[in-house]
Amino acid sequence: MTFTVEKKREEAVKETQGKREKNVVYKTKELNLWYGETHALKNINLDIYENEITAIIGPSGCGKSTYIKTLNRMVELVPGVKTSGEILYRGRNIFDKDFEVEELRTRVGMVFQNPNPFPKSIYDNVAYGPRIHGIKDKKILDQIVEKSLRGAAIWDEVKDRLHENAYGLSGGQQQRLCIARCLAIEPDVILMDEPTSALDPISTLKVEELVQELKKDYSIIIVTHNMQQAARISDKTAFFLNGEVIEYDDTDKIFSTPSDKRTEDYITGRFG
Amino acid sequence: MNSMSSDKEQFSVQKLIAEKKKNGAKKRTEKIVPFILLMTAIVSVLTTLGILFTLLFETFTFFRHVSLIEFLTNDTWYPFSDPGEYGILPLISGTLRVTGIAILVAVPIGLSAAIYLSEFAKDRVRRIIKPILEVLGGIPTIVYGFFALTFVTPLLKNFIPSLEIFNALSPGIVMGIMITPTIASLSEDAMSAVPNSIRQGSLALGATKFETAIKVVLPAAASGIIASIVLGISRAIGETMIVSIAGGSTPNLSLDVTRSIQTMTAYIVQVAQGDAGYGTTIYYSIYAVGFTLFLFTLVMNLLATWISRRIREEY
Repeated sequence: MTFTVEKKREEAVKETQGKREKNVVYKTKELNLWYGETHALKNINLDIYENEITAIIGPSGCGKSTYIKTLNRMVELVPGVKTSGEILYRGRNIFDKDFEVEELRTRVGMVFQNPNPFPKSIYDNVAYGPRIHGIKDKKILDQIVEKSLRGAAIWDEVKDRLHENAYGLSGGQQQRLCIARCLAIEPDVILMDEPTSALDPISTLKVEELVQELKKDYSIIIVTHNMQQAARISDKTAFFLNGEVIEYDDTDKIFSTPSDKRTEDYITGRFG
Repeated sequence: MNSMSSDKEQFSVQKLIAEKKKNGAKKRTEKIVPFILLMTAIVSVLTTLGILFTLLFETFTFFRHVSLIEFLTNDTWYPFSDPGEYGILPLISGTLRVTGIAILVAVPIGLSAAIYLSEFAKDRVRRIIKPILEVLGGIPTIVYGFFALTFVTPLLKNFIPSLEIFNALSPGIVMGIMITPTIASLSEDAMSAVPNSIRQGSLALGATKFETAIKVVLPAAASGIIASIVLGISRAIGETMIVSIAGGSTPNLSLDVTRSIQTMTAYIVQVAQGDAGYGTTIYYSIYAVGFTLFLFTLVMNLLATWISRRIREEY
């Protein structure tokens, strides 16, 4: 009896997993990462789903930024980084030799902590991605630029000065421009590494609204140390601590009834 | 605790400062130092003005002997005949040919080296190569001159049999080698100063390292790179030793780089070492040539400022 019950339960679990499996964008398996001797990520297992906002929270130095940078392999720019384990992006291991890093980064866009527009015009910033991937047609580029800037909710503010230097924009505008630059190559996933930490509250609100808007078309992974932000905008939340995933669940669950004491301590502000 | 606070009473720092202030040594220094600094600044300005004045004065004297129109339009420079011919164009053409070749050599090599050092080289490699490059920039130019005459010219003669012993090509190439470290080193500085966050922005869009270097880093560093090239050009225009040794002393107005030429600088050397008497037209002609040289570098610098202001990508 017990055997069959257990088996049924297993099957049920498998079924639901199977359903979700279709929508998995990123499947992280046994990921470990070292900066030289420092073990920064320890046995990470995490599935990230399509058209959801996945928030990654945790105190400083917990590995959340390292993890998100591993997803598009930007972490490899740091000298002395070693990894083990797998990250499957749409079923392909991103560490495979035949998976070119440029291809991965063309599918997976990134928005950084501090706005980092190129020292070029607003137009050239947005057109940069399409251009390096070979799109030269002026008419198509015009359309891409407009669409991306609209998508990043900044079109109305910049449409009359597309050919001015991007550094003339405010910090919040620069960050939305960077989001537009990212949208211009129509990625599948957008990684956001504390995208509002350098912004004022009003700009933060705008970016947050934008992120929720983008969810329809993109899968978004956002690192934040602002727990209210995670609670406001995300569907799922992963809590990182000392390089480990302590808890990963629906955001509502994490912020109402976390199953781990450490998660509770963190979200109630007892540390971090 | 008590003893501490009583100690504090005894050695009140504020009181000590006030006492020191009374003797006023600091105030006096503060007044004198700017004055001394001003004097040194004035000395260098006055020296420059003095040189410029001498140059101008003797140049005007020259133009009392030779008309400005002849100077600018005559296509022959042959001061040693009687009467001498003083058309500056052949000397300018010599200078420009050598400088042009130098730039053709130095800009591609210098920029490639800078891109490699700033974007691709590992830290350890950069720390070895860069100082070596900078040492290359410190080799005395006379060594380069002999290198051109005794090594490069014979080498080139294998490929171009019609090459004369003195020519524009060989000193041009060697001069290019000479200014390559300047261009490489200064361009590398400019490119290294471009913030990493901008590179990451490009890489995160799926750009390769090389695309990032060419399309983002290079334009962002443009003003520094142009400054380095202009400095290279200025050095090439003013370079004397290499062209005196390996360029020859036959001013001619053409585009031929295989023949013996003479540059403005080489002419000045030739006359200054020769026995042209004080007060002769030939004597004054070196000032006119020197002044022309000065105008060239001045124009180069103005041009550089203008270009870098126009295409500068600020970050």
